[in-house]
Amino acid sequence: MDARAATLARAARLKAMFEAAGAKPVDPAVLQPAHLLLELYGEDIRARAYVTSDAVRGELMLRPDFTVPVVQMHMAGGADPARYTYAGEVFRRQEVDPSRASEFVQVGYEVFDRENPAAADAEVFALISHGVSDLKGLRAATGDIGILMAAVDGLETSPARKAALMRHIWRPRRFRGLLERYSGRSPVPPARAALLAGAAADDAPAIGLRSREEVEARIETLRADAATPPLSGLTLSALGALLAVRETMPFALERLRDIAIDLPAITPALDRLEARIAALRARGVNVDKLDFEASYGRTSMEYYDGFVFGFYAEGRPDLPAVASGGRYDALTRILGQGAEIPAVGGIIRPGLMVDLGAARWA
Amino acid sequence: MGVKLGVPSKGRLMEKTFDWFEKRGIRMVRTESEREYAGAVEGIDGIDLVLLSAGEIPRELAAGRIHMGVTGTDLVHEKLPLWEQQVEEVVPMGFGHADLVLAVPRFWRDVDTVDDLDAAAAAFRRVHGERLRIATKYHRLVREYLTDGGVADYALIDSQGATEGTVKNETAEAIADITSTGETLKANHLKILSDGPILKSQATLWRSRTAPCTPTERATLQQCLDQVLEPV
Repeated sequence: MDARAATLARAARLKAMFEAAGAKPVDPAVLQPAHLLLELYGEDIRARAYVTSDAVRGELMLRPDFTVPVVQMHMAGGADPARYTYAGEVFRRQEVDPSRASEFVQVGYEVFDRENPAAADAEVFALISHGVSDLKGLRAATGDIGILMAAVDGLETSPARKAALMRHIWRPRRFRGLLERYSGRSPVPPARAALLAGAAADDAPAIGLRSREEVEARIETLRADAATPPLSGLTLSALGALLAVRETMPFALERLRDIAIDLPAITPALDRLEARIAALRARGVNVDKLDFEASYGRTSMEYYDGFVFGFYAEGRPDLPAVASGGRYDALTRILGQGAEIPAVGGIIRPGLMVDLGAARWA
Repeated sequence: MGVKLGVPSKGRLMEKTFDWFEKRGIRMVRTESEREYAGAVEGIDGIDLVLLSAGEIPRELAAGRIHMGVTGTDLVHEKLPLWEQQVEEVVPMGFGHADLVLAVPRFWRDVDTVDDLDAAAAAFRRVHGERLRIATKYHRLVREYLTDGGVADYALIDSQGATEGTVKNETAEAIADITSTGETLKANHLKILSDGPILKSQATLWRSRTAPCTPTERATLQQCLDQVLEPV
């Protein structure tokens, strides 16, 4: 059997497994309206998705994943609760690394359920884990973006600073830069200092859509920011400690509980982590061996806002995750036009499983 | 068949390329009529001149259809992913200097760096409900640079010419373009962000890593490279 046929056969088996777990099969269109996806993800997705257009529908994209179309479908009138599965190609433009596939099969499982989020997290993780279980030598990584979000939300600083930090949670370098500035550890750039000291207005004409009022409003914001007291050293080191947590799940929780003494705002998020650990254990997952990294998922998974996980082939850092997923409650809020529902899902890449399996048997 | 050398087919870039080679003992002439893009090389045997638009030269080098080519650093970096694997930089030629820069309206007193641009973009999106648009033809380089700088809430708008006018025409809020003196930017009431160009570019001689060579062609290529790399 060639690799393509083997991939499709495996995809069919995985999809059947998800259906047996109660998921309804869905089949979103390959062509998706580009506007919505660009609105959600920004320019980054344009670099990753094939964009095309026609005279009637305007700009379209070959689906870069299934999650957004599935969430849209659900928010437009799905059952409550609901479970979905799908299998099909997704398309990613490769501008840098020719060894990465431009087209590959994903099989996914998505749960929309407001009853018990911890149980839903555990259900998705356990099913995906089961789906990849005949492949040996996979390492599972887990994390929780919600803990970091709660920490930012609870900082004793201005709403503007919190919003800026929240916006850059997915850009670790930028996030660190902001923290350093907000704690007074990096110097004010000379141009900024001159501006705040009252440098004269320019006589250049106001061209473009951004108005002079918007420029002046931002200068006001900068003045207010300059008057905001710096973040305390204690807060900063607690955040640093949080970001560095990397332990097996129960130890990570213990460590985070210690950190919560200085960052009490993360306590509800830690309660959710604790409930998730219990739910995973109840599902038969060996949580004592499962890694938890507080920074995991910060660079690649922009719509996740809670539990995140991935399965990686050990000794193959060149390969993307064989399976990955997470919780994306906020996405349902954005796409729900007023409605929202807690949601969690994950995907498996059967093509990578076939390649890795073949390499192992060769 | 000889060694194929691709050079820009018109304008100052062509003239300066011809001058550069002539100083190194290789004389290039456009043959027959000025309209037809054909040329000949004197002073070295076995080299075929291929006149091309500077924008096509990176692709021809990568495809191995020409052995050597003259074009700007900006075009090679923009058009060829992993360019180091496809072409080799032989020598920068010392002309055609230009920087790829980000420029915003000069009256934006609050924006001096990429960080400022990001904050302005966030505020712009809140006010206008749209992402801040940046007009450019260098999509890959600009996106890479902005991703690296942690800028969000922007959208790239394609502009293949007269990019400096897009802000006044309200089809973009900022631009990323090539500039050598900055005069056109100034005339259009734009200023360059202070934290450096996205890329410094100049006309450069490149060698294809993919073009097949017969032993004779390899010898000719080496002779040509030796000749141009000799100090003038």
